[in-house]
Amino acid sequence: MKDWRYWLAEQRGTATAFAIFAVMFVVYNVNHPAGFSANVIQTMSNKAVLLAFLAMGQALVIITSGIDLSVGMVFMLTNCLASAVVVGSPVQVAFGIVATLAAGAACGALNGAIVIFGRLQPIVATIATGAVYYGLALAIRPTPGGGVDETVADALTGRMFGVVPTSLVVLAAVVLVVWVPFRRSATGRAAYATGSSEAAAYMSGVPIRRAKFVAYTTAGLLAGIGGLFLTFFTYTGEAAYASGSAYTLFSIASVVLGGVSLVGGRGSAVGAIFGALAFRTIGDLLFVFDLDPLWQPLFQGVVLLMAVSLGAFGTLRVRNRLDWFA
Amino acid sequence: MFNFARRFDPAVATAFVCLFVLLLVGSLYSSNFLSLEYLVQQLKVASFLGVAASGMMLTILLGQIDLSLPWTLTVGAMMSCAMASFGLGGEIFAVPFGVLCGVAIGVANGFGVAYLRIPAMIVTLATNSVAQGCMVLYSGGYSPRDFASPAVRYLATGFAIPGLPNAVICWAVIGAATIFLLKRTTFGRAIYGIGNRERVAYLSGVNTRRVVLAVFAVSGGTAAFAGVLLAGYASKAAQSMGDAYLLPAIAAVVLGGTSILGGRGSYLGTVAGVMLITLLQSILSVMQIPEYGRQIVYGVVIIGMLLLYGRGPRTRA
Amino acid sequence: MAASAPLFAMEGVSKRYGGVRALEKVDLAVAPSRVHAILGENGAGKSTLIKIMAGVIAPSEGCMTFEGREVSFSSPAAANAAGVACIFQELSLIPDLSVADNIAISNPPQRFGLIDRRRQRAIAEEALSRAGADDIHPSALVKDLPLSRRQMVEIAKALARRPRILILDEATSALTAADVAKVFAVLKRLRAEGLALLYISHRMHEIAELADDCSVFRNGKKVATYEAGSKSDNEVVEMMIGREYSHVFPPKPSLQAKQETPLLEARGLSWAGRLRDISFSVRAGEIVGLGGLDGQGQRELLLALFGVLRGCAGSVLIDGKPVAITSPAVAKQPRIGMALLPEDRKTEGLMLPMSVGDNLTFASFHRISRVGVIDRGAERRLIEEMIGLLAIRGAESDVAVSALSGGNQQKVSIAKWLMNRPRIVLLNDATRGIDVGTKQEIYALLRKLAAQGTAILFYSTDYDELIGCCDRVLVMYEGAIKRELAGEAITEKALIASALNIETEEAGFAPVASA
Repeated sequence: MKDWRYWLAEQRGTATAFAIFAVMFVVYNVNHPAGFSANVIQTMSNKAVLLAFLAMGQALVIITSGIDLSVGMVFMLTNCLASAVVVGSPVQVAFGIVATLAAGAACGALNGAIVIFGRLQPIVATIATGAVYYGLALAIRPTPGGGVDETVADALTGRMFGVVPTSLVVLAAVVLVVWVPFRRSATGRAAYATGSSEAAAYMSGVPIRRAKFVAYTTAGLLAGIGGLFLTFFTYTGEAAYASGSAYTLFSIASVVLGGVSLVGGRGSAVGAIFGALAFRTIGDLLFVFDLDPLWQPLFQGVVLLMAVSLGAFGTLRVRNRLDWFA
Repeated sequence: MFNFARRFDPAVATAFVCLFVLLLVGSLYSSNFLSLEYLVQQLKVASFLGVAASGMMLTILLGQIDLSLPWTLTVGAMMSCAMASFGLGGEIFAVPFGVLCGVAIGVANGFGVAYLRIPAMIVTLATNSVAQGCMVLYSGGYSPRDFASPAVRYLATGFAIPGLPNAVICWAVIGAATIFLLKRTTFGRAIYGIGNRERVAYLSGVNTRRVVLAVFAVSGGTAAFAGVLLAGYASKAAQSMGDAYLLPAIAAVVLGGTSILGGRGSYLGTVAGVMLITLLQSILSVMQIPEYGRQIVYGVVIIGMLLLYGRGPRTRA
Repeated sequence: MAASAPLFAMEGVSKRYGGVRALEKVDLAVAPSRVHAILGENGAGKSTLIKIMAGVIAPSEGCMTFEGREVSFSSPAAANAAGVACIFQELSLIPDLSVADNIAISNPPQRFGLIDRRRQRAIAEEALSRAGADDIHPSALVKDLPLSRRQMVEIAKALARRPRILILDEATSALTAADVAKVFAVLKRLRAEGLALLYISHRMHEIAELADDCSVFRNGKKVATYEAGSKSDNEVVEMMIGREYSHVFPPKPSLQAKQETPLLEARGLSWAGRLRDISFSVRAGEIVGLGGLDGQGQRELLLALFGVLRGCAGSVLIDGKPVAITSPAVAKQPRIGMALLPEDRKTEGLMLPMSVGDNLTFASFHRISRVGVIDRGAERRLIEEMIGLLAIRGAESDVAVSALSGGNQQKVSIAKWLMNRPRIVLLNDATRGIDVGTKQEIYALLRKLAAQGTAILFYSTDYDELIGCCDRVLVMYEGAIKRELAGEAITEKALIASALNIETEEAGFAPVASA
């Protein structure tokens, strides 16, 4: 009987993110001029799913108490790559998709290798690798262009059974195929252990290196999936620096909104996904309420500020002030 | 003076050596590289980054980070221009007002980090967003239309001393103040102490929360001042003008030997780091290496240098 | 002695850290189906011994054999694989994971590459019930459990791996009496099943109940191994403390009879259940010791006085006037003038990468600066004065403090506070782990300070120090002051007896003196 109570407590962060998202979603649809229609949901989903993939990857890395400031640039890189290779005959298209995903994973693996074997701090290492990935993106697409196999693109950005956005289905599938096995595997648990207390993890013989490597590589892969989808939506590849860095920062914001602790060891990628969806929907709310879209960045920023301040109230109950410091 | 030899930081030394190597490499490409005009021009361009990096260095010394640099910089630029457009009365207050706006953002950051114990990364990210929101609202979505006041333009592009751009003098003044702060004041000692081990600083009776708040306030102020100078340089502010300064500022500080974990680093190293980044970007553009090549080289060089002297300790694996 | 052959044996094992000899040529045999208790004071080498057995550190010399074959463990995982499980004082549990996850963390049951939750849960439940901790829910997060429950989980985790040898290092120190009874029942059952147990504890009654063999350690050497029950408590205590008095303590002044307002006084101090209604006073020039077992609230008392703890009930008076000390910054102000010398200089006393000079001046900014600007001359003078006063060796002002020896580092840690000219000095076991020579210098320094009118509150886990330095000793037990010993009554036996809460022949200690 008590089991579900523990499970609920563990999911609290995710549940909060879901609640925020649900509220936003309902408000949005109720007030949307076009009403609650499949079209509206599809557009929302397509936009939000991009950030959701990045947030998922970022969550994995943050759980191990690291950070990946290059996700936005891997996103750009795989977008540009896809716009060059996901064309031609069905076999070529298939290879193109595989190549794009492999590129994303390779970027993640490089990040992981530098952090683990180079023993560099993740924050600076990923800033530098981000620049490299952006450069590669620019090399592939100095100017926006390229194309993508339109049948595949439309299929994956359309609707299934006329109602459910395919992108959401893909997102759900990725969660099932990537996140759930990771979470329940020994490596996934090692990731949580590493983020929670690396010293205790070492004493307990946990495979710390493997956990970190898998986390970074998977984050790169997920960013690659995001980049692929971006290509499907826009039919082009574009190496836009501002967009890439914005996505990186938004992915961190989504992770925090999703109840994942920035110091590691706690939280779920599913929460990060809801955080991303909520974050995106907040921005769209302004459009729906006919508010000046100029208010959107401020609105998003204030919501983020409030969300992170809420978590601070735990510190007010500390009894030994030395607990403030690590 | 023999103390100087004792305090020789290998990281700073490496940074300077790399700097000279870079100049040599550049001079192989074109002899202009070692000309005085070129070096002075580079110093001027470096000044803007240098001013911003000064505040960033202080937060990194604490063991924190300030990701609100991009829009604090833009706020400084836009607000000083806005004040300048208020006529003569406004022009006098253009610079102080811009800087003060930055300080306000810094205080908000400091409060969140020191008193609410929220990780600096997320607080400064949030304030960055809020600052952006405010500026977008203020400018009505258009590019900023106010012009920088003549005084500010003079500050950024004039020559009070013939041959030495004013911007460099501004950086020098701020640099001297930072060095003085870090080496000759108890506040600076407290910063190093907190960055080393905040617990020990607290148990030694230092009011660590106040120090952290003050450092973030200063960081906001310098970021805003860099924005003011940049506005003077370009005669007006621009949307997203700050985005290009965040990562270079962090990289400059770290390349200069300051540990990202805090507690260790000298301003001299930051100067070297700033010059390194500026020169690197300049060389890459002079060599007419296309933008993509520049980005890649930039990233690879940073990783290479960090692998030289920025590695963590080896644990008993 | 037991007739069964030893399961595990150590021969000639030594461990040296630089010049410090933590273990010196130890021979030890552990037999199956027997509980082997290890006794000794703090610093006797017990922790080092078991860390070597558990693979955390490697011996400097000597060899270990398991079932007759020579072994050496390169890591905790290797020791685990060989069948040695150890429960340390610093727990090895992952706070954010559940109890079940923690119990099965080294070797989770898997199915198709994923962790088999149901089997893991079954393993956890079985391990918990074997450890007598059925009340702990396997899905609870470790960080939400109180320390006593966490210790039970740690025990369950060790048992789940079905070890041949189980080592417990003060594993019952945080347990409630009911838990201890349950754990003992489990341990006795395991012993009957063939488990060899190594048990370190200060609690004599536990050892009497559980142990078959006992070994006493002193100063890194094994003094004796004997069958439990064959020696009286007195004899055991004598073996534990019987060393040549190499400590030379400065003479104590005769007890003052004058009644003056105490410099420091506490009334009814309570905090979070760890401090219970503590009242005492210290006069100027007095050195009052805090004794008792580890973890009875002594550290919390010092932290409470120094302003680190929030929500303390009761009051603190300086010079007879109540004061509110809300932070160390307030505590060190001249009107209160407190200083707290920490035990762990590495994490609480010093900033190791910074220079000696910077560390020395860190608590006395107002003495080296004017309006926040450092006066280099004043700074240099003060640093030289302190280095000279404490005879800190190997220290030039610019050298990083990490380059100094442990004893000299501790001197820097102390000098840092003396520079502030405190009126009240609190010592948080500040002489632990430093060499004898430095300790002597510190004792002389403390007596000199006392002669100048400083009030000193001295928490120490070393009985010699409490006897040699203190005018009075307050022995704490479970957060309250249980006994006060003064003058001639401060003897080793009285101290140990009070700390262990047993009565020896030297009864007749004074009841707790009211403040």
